[in-house]
Amino acid sequence: MSVLLSPATGRVTDFSGGVLSAQGVSAWFGSNKVLERVSLDMPAKTVTALIGPSGCGKSTFLRVLNRMHELVPSARLNGEVLLDGEDIYATGHRITATRKRIGMVFQKPNPFPAMSIADNVVSGLKLAGVKNWRSDRDWIIETSLTRAGLWKEVKDRLKEPGSALSGGQQQRLCIARSLAVEPEVLLMDEPCSALDPTSTRRVEETISEIREQVTVVIVTHNMQQAARVSQQCAFFLAEQGTPGGIVEVGDTEQIFQSPVDQRTADYVNGRFG
Amino acid sequence: MTILIDLGQTPLPDPSGVDEDRPRAIDPALPRVDRIFYAGARAVGVLVLLIMGAIGVFLGVQSIPTFKRYGLSFFTQNQWLPERDILGISAVLLGTFTVAVVALAIAFPLALSVALYISEYAVPRIKGLLVSMIDLMAAIPSIVWGLWGFFLLQPRAINLAHWLNVNLGFLPFFHVDTDPNAPVWAQSRYAASAFIAGIAVSMMVLPMAAAVMRQVFSQAPLGEREAALALGSTKWGMIRTVVLPFGRGGIIGGTMLSMGRALGETIAVVLIISPSFDIKFRPLEVGTSTVSALIAGRFGEATSAQLSALLTAGFVLFIITLIVNTLAATIVSRSRSGAVTD
Repeated sequence: MSVLLSPATGRVTDFSGGVLSAQGVSAWFGSNKVLERVSLDMPAKTVTALIGPSGCGKSTFLRVLNRMHELVPSARLNGEVLLDGEDIYATGHRITATRKRIGMVFQKPNPFPAMSIADNVVSGLKLAGVKNWRSDRDWIIETSLTRAGLWKEVKDRLKEPGSALSGGQQQRLCIARSLAVEPEVLLMDEPCSALDPTSTRRVEETISEIREQVTVVIVTHNMQQAARVSQQCAFFLAEQGTPGGIVEVGDTEQIFQSPVDQRTADYVNGRFG
Repeated sequence: MTILIDLGQTPLPDPSGVDEDRPRAIDPALPRVDRIFYAGARAVGVLVLLIMGAIGVFLGVQSIPTFKRYGLSFFTQNQWLPERDILGISAVLLGTFTVAVVALAIAFPLALSVALYISEYAVPRIKGLLVSMIDLMAAIPSIVWGLWGFFLLQPRAINLAHWLNVNLGFLPFFHVDTDPNAPVWAQSRYAASAFIAGIAVSMMVLPMAAAVMRQVFSQAPLGEREAALALGSTKWGMIRTVVLPFGRGGIIGGTMLSMGRALGETIAVVLIISPSFDIKFRPLEVGTSTVSALIAGRFGEATSAQLSALLTAGFVLFIITLIVNTLAATIVSRSRSGAVTD
């Protein structure tokens, strides 16, 4: 468990990522079924990588995990997603509270362009209606940016707009913005696909560092990245005309070195997909 | 790779026989169909500018005698008495702005709410229905709005005007020069006012303002919307953080475009107001006049000198609307709306 203590107000933040568990998740867009009965445990202090060819439903699965899936008007789903044992889809469960506990980083960096770097970091606190954070503002900004590995680069230009940063810096700013609301889980949807190799490495370092504090689930098309950052790996596949599902899940090392299923072996060795 | 195009000359072959590194000539010729289309499109574009310019020049030339005769007093005189050779547009200009301000004060909040509802909250079926209803609203002839304002709206609006005067009459712009608490209140003092004309005009400019706003709102980037929602924002929080800042240019620009339209609206205003040339800012009170209503009302019986004066008033309105619309267009195009966010 890792704990952060604010010097100004003595506010203590206890980071010990949540346990996320999907139980029999199926998903549809209209009448098109894209996921069939996917179950997956995502333990705390673990980076879980979701790999698989395009269109196999891994991004949809990720968006089911913090209820972003239902933003698409025709989207429907079945099954349960348990965060520390509680179903986030249960009636009476507030969607905004869920999303605050399960943060998300997107494929394309999306800082709020009209806001300064500092305002971007604390924007989530305002939006999520967090109370009594203003006296800790500077501390939150510094801690979040440090955790995202961006503090040193931007500490002298916090008032500049977020859009003035490079793509890789913007993505880390988005990570800092997500971390500022102290989520228990961080979902990352191909966070490095728009970044150059150097920025990718910085983001991967960030992921390795925050894993002690936040449960991370990452979708990636990059096998090396999955091997580098994750401890657990789930291989998704949607065979011709059927909805996607998990073929194999296990320790990353095992998935890459001695996969049980032949299709996993073919995919991780680059024979298709 | 950079290709430099030098249309002026073809590089001469190097006499020494060694190739020199100079920009080479590239044939700039467009295919014939492209050239024809280009010329046609440019001609239409120039024509629009020419027509616009010609109107301005015509009005300007026609105004010269009036400006010579009345000078600056044309702008300061409030009475319009051609038979006594007293002419000025200060009262009608003020009336024009009063009607426009009333119209915008009503149309702006309505248009903003309608645009937000359509772009953010309405389910697709209702959205389509509402969009076509608003477009239909824009297609209603202004004479119909005028009749609506006169026969349907006025008998009801005077009650509101009376209520405003009784309860908020201490504010100068809600004041009406009559005894508000008289046992039988003077209904005629509240009729035919800039307020009622403004309501009718607001209905006419609402569709345009709402359409411009809706369009920019719907362009707010999905990435930023999802970012806000994924942080745990409510829908309203997302709208405030992403949609409204993104659409600010469209909000201002759409409102100013409506202002341009409201300033020039004629026939509905003519039907509703009773002409008055007092310098006052009491929208609820009977009587006002606008530039376009003045022209419409006096055009038929005008002598040539009076005609010049009317055209001068039109010229002033033309310039004002031109400025307002140009400002609006600049604001819309300079805002972030439509620009890619990276």
